[in-house]
Amino acid sequence: MKHVKTLTGAVLNNSLKKGGCGECQTSCQSACKTSCTVGNQTCENSN
Amino acid sequence: MIHQYKMKDMNIVLDINSGAVHIVDNMLYDIIEKLEIGQSLLEISQSMANVYIEEDIDEAFEEVNKLIQEKQLFTSNRYHSVVDTFKQRETVVKALCLHIAHDCNLSCGYCFAEEGEYHGDRSMMSLEVGREAVDFLLNNSGSRKNLEIDFFGGEPLMNFDVVKGIVEYAKNKEAEYHKNFRFTITTNGVLLTDEIIHFINENMYNVVLSIDGRKEVHDLMRPTPNGKGSYDLILPKLLQVAESRNQKNYYVRGTFTHNNLDFANDVLHLADLGFKQISVEPVVAPDNRAYALKEEDLPTLFEQYDYLAEKMLHYREEGKEFNFFHFMIDLKQGPCVSKRMTGCGAGSEYLAVTPEGDLYPCHQFVGIEDKKMGSVYGGLKRMDIQAEFKACNLFSKEACTSCWAKFYCGGGCNANAYNFFGDIHQVYPMACELEKKRVECAIYLKARETFRI
Ligand code: SF4
Ligand code: SF4
Repeated sequence: MKHVKTLTGAVLNNSLKKGGCGECQTSCQSACKTSCTVGNQTCENSN
Repeated sequence: MIHQYKMKDMNIVLDINSGAVHIVDNMLYDIIEKLEIGQSLLEISQSMANVYIEEDIDEAFEEVNKLIQEKQLFTSNRYHSVVDTFKQRETVVKALCLHIAHDCNLSCGYCFAEEGEYHGDRSMMSLEVGREAVDFLLNNSGSRKNLEIDFFGGEPLMNFDVVKGIVEYAKNKEAEYHKNFRFTITTNGVLLTDEIIHFINENMYNVVLSIDGRKEVHDLMRPTPNGKGSYDLILPKLLQVAESRNQKNYYVRGTFTHNNLDFANDVLHLADLGFKQISVEPVVAPDNRAYALKEEDLPTLFEQYDYLAEKMLHYREEGKEFNFFHFMIDLKQGPCVSKRMTGCGAGSEYLAVTPEGDLYPCHQFVGIEDKKMGSVYGGLKRMDIQAEFKACNLFSKEACTSCWAKFYCGGGCNANAYNFFGDIHQVYPMACELEKKRVECAIYLKARETFRI
């Protein structure tokens, strides 16, 4: 496409179907202890 | 729901419900803006006719249509349908924050543990309580395999023998229970020795090292009890930890306050010292403290995030790349929707344990008597608190439901909301503004990295 470059497609739709396994790290354990932020967490089950 | 913004020369469009992110040219940016407020294609092409040529406009319309068909633009919210089942989901405890020591060897001005003591007396967790906590986690984690234990304080190194004992105890149970423990520790670095560093490197999945940045900034807020700064004391040790872990699986973690609104310089200072994993975050403090961030600080803080983002690009070009925790974003294989809806999991999946073994929804609730949920001896008693936290999600908070950043943020910090409003279903607007700015910067950096532009 000429006017748009897509950085990421519809990632959330896919994961809604899959549901959550809960194996990933709790967000406040990773560094900060003061805010939640989930966007930077990594999925343990991405395949 | 769409969120669009310009950063430097880049036009960024986020389709919130699908998670899609597009970089568009000026014309498409304008078209999407007009579509979002409900203008028809005819109205749009008429209003643009004297700026762009007709064929180009038509071509852009086609591209918009394609994105819509591919469910990457103007997608609808299909999440409300899952909210009810979501609230009733079974949860298990998968992470504990162990308050190994309610005592500290520094007297940091902004510490929410109030110099390590958490509204109570100085105290140390015994190995017996620690073991009981491990058993509690093993018995309450259902089929969850990865379990997390964070050694927190006060300053956990003041009670390091117990840390060692707990690690040993938990590891001995891994095979029998088919679990995998991930240990993390948060320390101010004062008591680090070669031996302790070795133990940490052998056993800890992540280590968080507290340092605020420039010496004068750090020393102002992080003095020793006799009032001297602690920067010189800890820096060599923190550098040693970072190097000995090959610059991975650790964070240097600082706090910025009203005293250092130019905090980007603190981040860059840490990067210049050679640290590669950096997290510097806004202080959480009651409004009446002199060092608390104020609403009028926001424009300066936004500029600082912009400045930091540009600087990070320069550092990368010069081969001095580093990670800034809150600018990290996983757009492709990030967390599933259910994780994004639950956020931090405080009070359900994640609990804090005091030195005495009492259970609280998270480390920031420790000491708030009516949020005490039970004890590692005897287990969870206040199921009402658990239910309250479990029901708290993106779609139970009005502010979050209508917020474009919700799937990146996860719904903010419940403790923050409780401290300011006495209600975990509120959000703290200052934190939201900063969160949204960081998400914008993170996506911008990702786009620059991906498209090499
Ligand atoms: S930024 Fe604020 S309003 Fe938006 S999702 Fe996060 S906590 Fe909720
Ligand atoms: S309530 Fe706040 S401090 Fe507690 S775990 Fe959640 S994000 Fe972290």
